[in-house]
Amino acid sequence: MTDQAYNFAYLDEQTKRMIRRAILKGLAIPGYQVPFASREMPMPYGWGTGGVQVSAAVLTPEDTFKVIDQGADDTTNAVSIRTFFQRTAGVATTTSTSDATVIQTRHRIPEEALSEGQILVYQVPIPEPLRFLEPRESETRKMHSLEEYGLMHVKLYEDISRHGHIATSYAYPVKVEGRYVMDPSPIPKFDNPKLGDMAAIQLFGAGREQRIYALPPYTQVVSLDFEDHPFEASKADHPCGMCGATDSYLDELIIDDAGGRMFVCSDTDYCEARQAAGHKGKDAA
Amino acid sequence: MYVAVKGGERAIENAHAWLAEERRGNTDIAELSIAQIREQLSLAVNRVMAEGSLYDPDLAALAIKQARGDLIEAIFLIRAYRTTLPRFGASEPVDTAIMACDRRISATFKDLPGGQVLGPTFDYTHRLLDFKLAADGEVPRAPSRDTEAGNVAHVTEFLNREGLIEEAPHDDTPPPDLTREPLEMPADRALRLQALTRADEGFTLGLAYSTQRGYGRNHAFVGELRIGSVPVEMDIPELGFSVEIGEVTLTECETVNQFTGSKTEPPQFTRCYGLVFGQTERKAISMALVDRALRWEELGEDNVGAPAQDAEFVLYHADNIQATGFLEHIKLPHYVDFQSELELVRKLRREAGAQQVQAAAE
Repeated sequence: MTDQAYNFAYLDEQTKRMIRRAILKGLAIPGYQVPFASREMPMPYGWGTGGVQVSAAVLTPEDTFKVIDQGADDTTNAVSIRTFFQRTAGVATTTSTSDATVIQTRHRIPEEALSEGQILVYQVPIPEPLRFLEPRESETRKMHSLEEYGLMHVKLYEDISRHGHIATSYAYPVKVEGRYVMDPSPIPKFDNPKLGDMAAIQLFGAGREQRIYALPPYTQVVSLDFEDHPFEASKADHPCGMCGATDSYLDELIIDDAGGRMFVCSDTDYCEARQAAGHKGKDAA
Repeated sequence: MYVAVKGGERAIENAHAWLAEERRGNTDIAELSIAQIREQLSLAVNRVMAEGSLYDPDLAALAIKQARGDLIEAIFLIRAYRTTLPRFGASEPVDTAIMACDRRISATFKDLPGGQVLGPTFDYTHRLLDFKLAADGEVPRAPSRDTEAGNVAHVTEFLNREGLIEEAPHDDTPPPDLTREPLEMPADRALRLQALTRADEGFTLGLAYSTQRGYGRNHAFVGELRIGSVPVEMDIPELGFSVEIGEVTLTECETVNQFTGSKTEPPQFTRCYGLVFGQTERKAISMALVDRALRWEELGEDNVGAPAQDAEFVLYHADNIQATGFLEHIKLPHYVDFQSELELVRKLRREAGAQQVQAAAE
């Protein structure tokens, strides 16, 4: 049932048009952060207002919408955002990755490969990959326009000299089509290889920071690294306790007072589909 | 045995039901009405209107009730509501020189045309808890007199006649609007003032206070503080003239700042300005001091590196809705990023441990 007091997908058409223009600009300049006049949404900044505005701008009544947070469809905020669009847009919703036409996500890329025609919308807290090296927006915008990314390489180098590894495990910076350094949002670096050459459109919305950026389908995305310290996607070295998958990103759960651990797929749809197909992990009932 | 967490939807619904019950409190106690909040908690209502950027006392009172008295939450409700409102147009600039002042004081002149009017102020109350209010709140009527006819001139006008204060030339450039355009740096003064008038009162107060204590000191005198109502007029194209559509209460603070001159400007007094919805004088004075600190560049002053001089720092952190959202979001699930950090720290510790063992063996 839709809420008739509001326009389709909550935002008024003029605002949606403004957001679509920013999205189109973002798609035309992959990895470039497009400023947009983010609106105050009825959920707090930090809860995915950027993603919600992007979803509102791209949703059509025929779409099927899926929302995940930490890979799961049933985390509270995923439930809340899904309910929001059920109420305000009346769109069909699903938990199945392949059935969805628009997927809004926080912190994960689904395990199942996406296909052409799908849109993946990321919620982004801090869109600026250089922010923690240079707090000033006026400076970082200059650095991007001059393609001055030395500072980032120095940071990664210092990590290696101090720890032997690049000490960034999520929100791992990438370079898009050899031009813009981009923050992929706080996805684990395990997900980074999926960013490049993806068949689906990837849209990134940062509400509080008023930025939208995008990756059109089949864009080249390279995780920053060094020849002698190549990028490595990592995950917990276990199979999923429920479905036995060895190729999925895992959550670690503490299951008893003695601190016993269990590892289980963070992507709930992927895990459930595998279990339904008869796969069984060592902890499954 | 692990069971995947389901039922987030029901948990949310139940949490909301519990919240509503807590908001209402003990049902043996009469429920607060919107009118009671509007009339008796009017300074809270004023703050919510000012920082919510929406002048509507009834809606602000409703938001305060719904937010259980949490004013930032109430401001958030108002902000979220105002985004859904259609914008019919812009009013004519309000003229504070024709304000019907409830309060008007100057700290720079003992007496001046229009006089000093204290108005309903806490300033000289002794802060002693009034236990009579706990019993019954009946108050005797305050004495009154008719207002004097005529406009009350701004104090700075008198200084201007002598050329002692910087000119504030008339400017009809439409001001930028950060609710319609993304905030980008450098921000001109009009945009800075818009950001400051809706900025968090506490943050603005803290910054203003820091300038008084030496972090970008600018020695402000309150030239004038006035509170009262002004008419709002709107130009109606079909009529060809502007029509009064209502009144708003505003607090305006103009400070006069000592200035010994710079490479580009002669010695003179400079101005700084605060204008806020409602009776909100702490905020208006704070706003004026921060405005002055942010003007260092156009006045050719030195940047001493004070926080209040840093427009990016001030404007990007002054909005309490943005700040509270981002701050509080860290309580949302972060299993995935935390897991990747766990793996990294374990790996680094393993290697550090191996190195120590090796060093010990050598």
